[in-house]
Amino acid sequence: MKKIVKSKEFAVSMVLLALIVFFSIVSPQFMQAKNFFNIAKQIATVGICSVGFSFVLITGGIDLSVGYQISLDIVVTAVLMNSFGVHWVLACIIGMVMGTAIGLINGLIIVETHVAPLIVTLSMMTILKGVSYLITNGLAIFKFNETFVKLGQGTIAEIVPISLVFLLVIVIVGVFILNKTIYGRYFYAIGNNVEAAKLSGVNVKRVQLLAYGLCGFFTSIGAILMLARLNSAQSSTGDGYEFSCLTACVVGGVSSNGGKGTVLGAIIGCLIVGVLENGLAIMNVNEYVQEVIKGLVLLLAVVYDTMSLRKNEKVKKIKSINAEN
Amino acid sequence: MIGDTILKLNHVTKLYPGVVALDDMNMEFREGEVHAIVGENGAGKSTMIKTISGAIEPTQGTIEISGEVFHKLTPKLSREKGVAVIYQEFTLVPVLSAADNIFMGEYMMNGMVLDRKGMEAKARELFERLHVNIDPRAKVADLTTGFQQIVEIAKAVSKDAKILIMDEPSAPLTISEVEAMYEIVDRLKSEGVTILYISHRMEEIFRLSDRVSIIRDGKYITTVNTADTNKQELIKLMVGRELNESYPERQKEAKETILKLDKVSGNGVKDISLELKKGEILGLGGLVGAGRTELAQLIFGSEKITSGEIIYKGRPLKIKNCQQAIEAGIAMIPEDRKQHGVVLDMSIIENTTMPCLKRISKYSVINPKKEEDVTESYKKSLLIKTPTIRQLVKNLSGGNQQKVVLAKWLAMNPEVIIFDEPTRGIDVGAKQEIYDIMNQLADEGKAIIMISSDMEELIGMSDRVVVLCKGRLAGSLSKEEISQESILMKAAGAE
Repeated sequence: MKKIVKSKEFAVSMVLLALIVFFSIVSPQFMQAKNFFNIAKQIATVGICSVGFSFVLITGGIDLSVGYQISLDIVVTAVLMNSFGVHWVLACIIGMVMGTAIGLINGLIIVETHVAPLIVTLSMMTILKGVSYLITNGLAIFKFNETFVKLGQGTIAEIVPISLVFLLVIVIVGVFILNKTIYGRYFYAIGNNVEAAKLSGVNVKRVQLLAYGLCGFFTSIGAILMLARLNSAQSSTGDGYEFSCLTACVVGGVSSNGGKGTVLGAIIGCLIVGVLENGLAIMNVNEYVQEVIKGLVLLLAVVYDTMSLRKNEKVKKIKSINAEN
Repeated sequence: MIGDTILKLNHVTKLYPGVVALDDMNMEFREGEVHAIVGENGAGKSTMIKTISGAIEPTQGTIEISGEVFHKLTPKLSREKGVAVIYQEFTLVPVLSAADNIFMGEYMMNGMVLDRKGMEAKARELFERLHVNIDPRAKVADLTTGFQQIVEIAKAVSKDAKILIMDEPSAPLTISEVEAMYEIVDRLKSEGVTILYISHRMEEIFRLSDRVSIIRDGKYITTVNTADTNKQELIKLMVGRELNESYPERQKEAKETILKLDKVSGNGVKDISLELKKGEILGLGGLVGAGRTELAQLIFGSEKITSGEIIYKGRPLKIKNCQQAIEAGIAMIPEDRKQHGVVLDMSIIENTTMPCLKRISKYSVINPKKEEDVTESYKKSLLIKTPTIRQLVKNLSGGNQQKVVLAKWLAMNPEVIIFDEPTRGIDVGAKQEIYDIMNQLADEGKAIIMISSDMEELIGMSDRVVVLCKGRLAGSLSKEEISQESILMKAAGAE
């Protein structure tokens, strides 16, 4: 019990609870079942992407191309369905394969060249953005197969969104990979001490590659769900999602310095971001003000993350030595 | 005045949540003395130093420096009062030159620009005083561990400290460097500097110190005049029980050759040929920078061989990385435990099973029962002291951390085990346990290579000693030929 109270996930859940209480008081619309499922629908994509994103963060990397991965995944799947008449199931599979491939390319460049992940994926983001606009010419593609659209908009028993089921399944898969498999263990080991992991016989390159590959894979699933929900594909759709994922993960206790965090934490982080966005929208807060608030939330979370790391003896020592000089 | 009390701890207590790190400590240090502080790892030596250097604030009690009473110190204040610390772990900036590191924060200026020539000249002077040949312009990252330590000492010496605290300064140094450091300590003492000298090595305590203070479990035990005590008494006071640092005899004979190096070159070593037999401990001697660790890295596959061949179990061993070496049955316990040996922020169980995860999992899914069994069995057989195997490794003492490193390799059931400085920074009690384990492994038929800068250990543990000098093989000594003189002669390249 004591352990649960002390865990980071618990602290983050308390923040979530506080937010819910706050919005319930200021806005009566907020506290409705319909609104909650609305939030769930909205965060399904960020949630699913955050699972893969947290893998990358835990290994000590980052993937800023997630946002435009979503755009390109969406656009390609949409074009396949509407312009080429490919069956939606096949189109989705191709979209997922492509998403995974993009992740693997990111990973491959990072492990083989040792260029900082931030730079590699930032460049990749711009490339994907360009490719996606080349395909759409900036125009929207819309109206898809009805069965397909149901994935994103439909409900089970008239109330539970299908996308929520997807999110839950992906979270369970994510938790399983991270806690029960060799690779999850290796993710943590590499994020904490890559040298010791290597000298223990961990194939560091392959594990990092896997993290980026899984990130691409999960992102593509999130992208397809979003395509179904919006029933429209635009190159700008994924813009900013890397930011939402990063915020969700870091708020949920996945360290941007690598080695720490859980899938559960990342999902609670998503909920916090989702509730915040939804609550602010319901309260009719100016859109630009919302942006400022979202930025502040990430900044706060990162500062907290790094400050709590400072408690670490070693950092303390370096600090004292710096002061000495 | 020489002999007056210069530094005093009054009832200093430091509490951490759930732990009493320092328990009502009263100590006093006299001006111009070399005052050794001994105690097992975890006894509170480092915490005590940190209260003096201002890195941590005592929960209770006061610190008195030259008659001034402080409830707490800051690093800056402590520095101003003449306290300098040489930490166990280096505090150098690797990308900067030796000279830049020495004068960091107190750069010599030539108008608006750095006076590099002046700093380099002064650094060279300092190094000459330390009897070492280090290029002040050399990047610290390019220096060997031994030389880095010397830069650290030079840095502290350059500040003309009144109270110099040295936390196991000799640990990574070679014999000649240690001798040079002893001379520096003696000279500083004659200049009236007070030296607090923390060490595990008995011989240097008796060589250097005037008085010795013993701490145990965060408590101050007693202070004795070095001249009035002996090694056995000190060890007894430290551990609170009788203990002898001894090297047990092994009965069994070495068996067939398992590993053979044929003119192996690469990673800074050249033309090394040697043989390793099952059931023996082969000592690898030489100065720091002679290429001992570098040779071990070649055998372990973490660095590449450029020419020559390694024959393992009668067949050439072609390895591209350490994964293949590990699979083949070679293990390495690295010198830098915290950086290379363990993942500090992970648990004992996660560290122990890291190399053998594939063996205890099916379709990449870890079997938690097996994982626990493996770890528990090594916790028992290696006597790892911990309430639970879920404990994070960073919360363990040095000796127990080293046992975790051992556990993770033994779980792989290796046939060749390389120990690189196996007992560095480990307290007396745990040291003995490590020796016993090594002997037991040799008796079981494992082939062991041991790199050690601790002469006593090298002589006591090895069946044979191979000495390296400047990356080349300087000679091989059989059990009968091993002696401090013979190793030193070869290490210095005198033959």
